[in-house]
Amino acid sequence: METLLEILEEIRSDVDFESCTTLIDEHILNSLAIISLIAEIEDEFDITIPTAEIAPKNFNSAKAMWELITRLQEEDE
Amino acid sequence: MTYFGPEFFALFLPLTALIYAIMPSKLRPYVLLGSSYIFFCSISEKLIIYLLISTMSIHHFGLWLDKLQCERKLALKGLTREEKKPIKLANDRQQNLVLALAVVLHIGLLAVLKYTPFFTQNLNAVLSNFNVQIKEMSFMVPIGISFYTLQAVSYMTDVRRGVVKADKNLARLALYMSFFPQLMEGPIARYSDTAEALFAGRQIEYKNFVFGFERIVYGFVKKIIVADRLNGFVQNVFTDYEKYDGGIILLAAVFYTIELYMDFSGAMDVGIGAAQIFGVKLPENFRQPFFSKNISEFWSRWHITLGTWFRDYIYYPVSLSSFSKKLTAFGRKRSGNYFGPMLASTIALFCVWICNGLWHGSAWTYIFFGMYHFILISLGNLLEPLSKKLYAKLHIDPNKAPFSFIRIALTAFLVVIGELFFCASTLSQGFKMSGKIFTQFSLSGIKSGLLAQAGLDHLDIIVVMAVVVLVFVFGILKERNIDIRERLAGRRIVIRWLIVIAAIVAIIIFGAYGAEYTPVAPMYADF
Repeated sequence: METLLEILEEIRSDVDFESCTTLIDEHILNSLAIISLIAEIEDEFDITIPTAEIAPKNFNSAKAMWELITRLQEEDE
Repeated sequence: MTYFGPEFFALFLPLTALIYAIMPSKLRPYVLLGSSYIFFCSISEKLIIYLLISTMSIHHFGLWLDKLQCERKLALKGLTREEKKPIKLANDRQQNLVLALAVVLHIGLLAVLKYTPFFTQNLNAVLSNFNVQIKEMSFMVPIGISFYTLQAVSYMTDVRRGVVKADKNLARLALYMSFFPQLMEGPIARYSDTAEALFAGRQIEYKNFVFGFERIVYGFVKKIIVADRLNGFVQNVFTDYEKYDGGIILLAAVFYTIELYMDFSGAMDVGIGAAQIFGVKLPENFRQPFFSKNISEFWSRWHITLGTWFRDYIYYPVSLSSFSKKLTAFGRKRSGNYFGPMLASTIALFCVWICNGLWHGSAWTYIFFGMYHFILISLGNLLEPLSKKLYAKLHIDPNKAPFSFIRIALTAFLVVIGELFFCASTLSQGFKMSGKIFTQFSLSGIKSGLLAQAGLDHLDIIVVMAVVVLVFVFGILKERNIDIRERLAGRRIVIRWLIVIAAIVAIIIFGAYGAEYTPVAPMYADF
């Protein structure tokens, strides 16, 4: 989770990612940020995020992103 | 039959609702399916064959993908991670091939039916240099093909992605593809949004009936009072644009934009309202688009289901393809997190907007319309860091008045210019008309009574403005999460129905129908 928060802060240093739960709904992360974020997450956690998973419910908060990452890692096992 | 014709609201919809209500639950979906096919045939007659082929095709491809997914599950059982890899890869390749075949067939059919005349005309223009000509061809195009084809592609892609299970029930898929309230002009629904509710066969509930009816009346107010009233003036100015100065042309472009919004969102109100009567919640297509502060935001509020379709099935797949990922990685090393993914994103945006333009029609004006928005959105992305710095330096909050109003007005102006090209018959007409706005702007034409000559008198303007203000006020309430129909439901029943009856009386008195008016052809039905 720490690594994910570091990645997010690199993309937007002005957002409190630990508490925000509306990153997509309130357009805090736009499509450009999402592309950057996915590239970084895939590199860092050695996973592939399928296009079907790019949905607000998976990217609205750092917690939701972390759940997505752990789920994809488990599925890859 | 159209949504605003008397056959629909006085006969077809009430009769369908009545038969639906008295049928047992199990048969109700079939009532909707039968009605949808009757509705389709009333417009496109024997061209229903295309819809039937598309429906059977997605049923077949869905089951094919499902079979491959089952085989994958069985093959992976009990294997190690390393052993799984080649099996997954081979299975993914097979599924991708099946999906590609399905998409090519559906989009190919749409392309042949819709774009053959455009293609042959342009080919002949090129070939005329060599004194060669080929026969110009055209086909009859079934109603709603641009909408149900996108629904077909989204269903098959969602099955491939594992978002939905392949449906074995052909009738449910058939209803998902043909449901009459969305058949002509959308909204473009996803299988996961509507299929279950469509086939649930729920009894018509009082609340759904009243809310649906109110929404239908609201749609009629927008279309019959405003869109149809403005249509004559807009058509006159666009046809004889050389006669008018920049002031009148700008006014015609503004009124065309209002007409388009009232016509299209009015059709959505009727469609969504009719669906609600049967307990089906269709996705919204508009969210107060003229409150947008930039073009990107405008397209997240206007024709929402088309925008999200392009986002999910073109933008993300292109911007996250392996080639784009390499571009992004390269860009991020050199230009950081903001500009790094810009190139991949811009390529994806280009694909989205060329498809958006072509989806709207087979003409250069539509392609220009797509490219115009592509450039505006790309420039917005590129300049965003600079504008943020500028706002910070000048201590301006761009989201507060008066700057938010300036941004809203500027966005609306850019939208109006885009719609001018959208309405123009040719690109050259679009350039001439927009040129006049900037070089021959004058209010003298408006003052000298040219408006009335072009088909717009004082009463028209007062009636149109009254409804525009009403829609604007409803928009503000909606932005504040106030549901006007819920509020109305809390009032005494007499007051509630008096308001609905007043709206119906207003349509009868102020509606633009009869020999004097040319109603707007259902514009989006032609796409």
